[in-house]
Amino acid sequence: MIFLKLIFTNLLRHRIRSVISIAGIAFSVAAMLTIVTILQGAVGMFSGILSSDSQIIVFERNVSDLFFSDVPASAVADIASWPIVQHADPVLFGIVSSSDHPIITCFGITESDARLRKATWIGGARSDFGKQTDGVVLGERAAEFLHSSIGSHVAIGHGTFHVIGIIKTANGFEDGGVFMPLKSAQAFFHKEGSSSVITVKLHDKNDATKFKAMVKAKFPTLVALEDQEFTRSYSQFKILKATAWAVGGCGLLLGGLGVANTMIMSVFTRIREIAILRVSGFSNLQIAGMIFGESALVSVIGAITGLLIGAGFLLVLKLVPALHGYVDVSIQAVVVLIVIVLALLTGVAGALYPAIYAMRVRPVEALRFE
Amino acid sequence: MTSPTQTNIVLRAADVWKSYDDGAITVLNGVNFEAIEGQTVALTGPSGCGKSTLLHLLGGLDEPDRGRISVNSVELNQHRSRLHLLRHEIGFVFQMHNLIPDLTLEENCLIPTVAAGVDRHTARARLKQLTDRTGLSHRLNNRIQKLSGGERQRTALCRALMNSPRILLADEPTGSLDEKTSATVFQLLLDIAATEGVTLVMATHDRSLAQRCDRLVEMHDGRIHEPQPL
Repeated sequence: MIFLKLIFTNLLRHRIRSVISIAGIAFSVAAMLTIVTILQGAVGMFSGILSSDSQIIVFERNVSDLFFSDVPASAVADIASWPIVQHADPVLFGIVSSSDHPIITCFGITESDARLRKATWIGGARSDFGKQTDGVVLGERAAEFLHSSIGSHVAIGHGTFHVIGIIKTANGFEDGGVFMPLKSAQAFFHKEGSSSVITVKLHDKNDATKFKAMVKAKFPTLVALEDQEFTRSYSQFKILKATAWAVGGCGLLLGGLGVANTMIMSVFTRIREIAILRVSGFSNLQIAGMIFGESALVSVIGAITGLLIGAGFLLVLKLVPALHGYVDVSIQAVVVLIVIVLALLTGVAGALYPAIYAMRVRPVEALRFE
Repeated sequence: MTSPTQTNIVLRAADVWKSYDDGAITVLNGVNFEAIEGQTVALTGPSGCGKSTLLHLLGGLDEPDRGRISVNSVELNQHRSRLHLLRHEIGFVFQMHNLIPDLTLEENCLIPTVAAGVDRHTARARLKQLTDRTGLSHRLNNRIQKLSGGERQRTALCRALMNSPRILLADEPTGSLDEKTSATVFQLLLDIAATEGVTLVMATHDRSLAQRCDRLVEMHDGRIHEPQPL
């Protein structure tokens, strides 16, 4: 109890310093949680687009970004004819802009695509999709920010399109996207006869390995990956995740420097007290334990505060209409755990030098001048 | 004066030298000193004569440049652990009480028991015994700031004795107290040393107090002059 009291007492003795330190960790944790959660949500949503009613994605081997992937129409027709395949849907991704919005995602799809089948149609009918080359279906959010309704014409990129349907989907990217008939999209993006990916559903998902081997044998320039495999290996996702953790890590590093500063000051201002503890029989381990205990306490309080701030901020983001559906703010337990462990490690690392310094305090020197 | 034998000498300094600032300031010049079990020894001498340094060396807080220090017939550098010395064999009292101001009297006193891993029941029993003896039992839950100078020094004395060391080293324990309180604390030191059978080595400027010890040892220029049997 007294050992714990020594830890608490010192933190309470310099309240403002402790609060600043806790705030440093808290804001770092909040930043990390927010960035990682948002980006993981974005990755999840993008994966959701690809895995819509499918198990496997086929795309060009060794491309860094699916927007650059080129899958020939012949491959789509061939794969769709394989007996183990239930359906194979080509999707062409494109980015366009409008006068108000610099980035709008376009999906070139066929009328049988799962996105259209599974969506809630707010206006228009699925059967009309593909009948007109300039007929597009807008996601609900896209219709809002493009100020469009059924029958209206909308300027997208260098073309003008006729809105034949508005759909609501659970996926933020899709909800803010434009769905074009595949052939129109190919023409619009100058990619005649090709798509970015093929999303494939098998009759029996246990045939996945067989399917991948078939793709490898028949189309050496293409690669087939199961959805989870794709999410793990896609370089863009890796870059996004690494960036999120790196940015969050930098935040934590700053928080750690704050803890280090606090702990150094804490040790420097009570050299005599540490000396007395040494004279009273405290070992190096006990002295270090006290310093690490203080930093761990700062880190834990900071991490908990940061998690609350981060969660609150994510909830606010969720409520912002402009971001509706774009940001998946469900916080994963594993992210919370990693953030807490990182905060603790940061705190401990920040206390390393102060602890070593405290262990080297020689009582005789600290007490010589009364 | 009891005649020292090999068996009852608990503290010994043999030809001990100590200097600071890379030898620029020599504090101890070949000091030889012995204290026998249960004895009260007063080290007197002018400021800077090396009293405190000798106490620090005897207590294992510092190391001599040359010479040997033995505690209970074991040389310090051969002692199994200085930590063991500080936890179980030697207690320190300083001129300034050196208590932790944010803790209560009780918590301050219990610090050595925490260091030594003494169980709570034993620690509290010892605390009660010592605070009863020093008249502090009614102040257990008071913070140090609320204690008088004399009470603080008595608290420091309790803390030093919590793990029942056989040797108590006191560096000007009454130096910061007024005359009356000083006499009271000093007498308490002697009484407790006697009842607990503790060997007390105390540095003091106050010659009248020093003369109440079993032995008075004068130091001058880092040397011990003729020990004066009382």
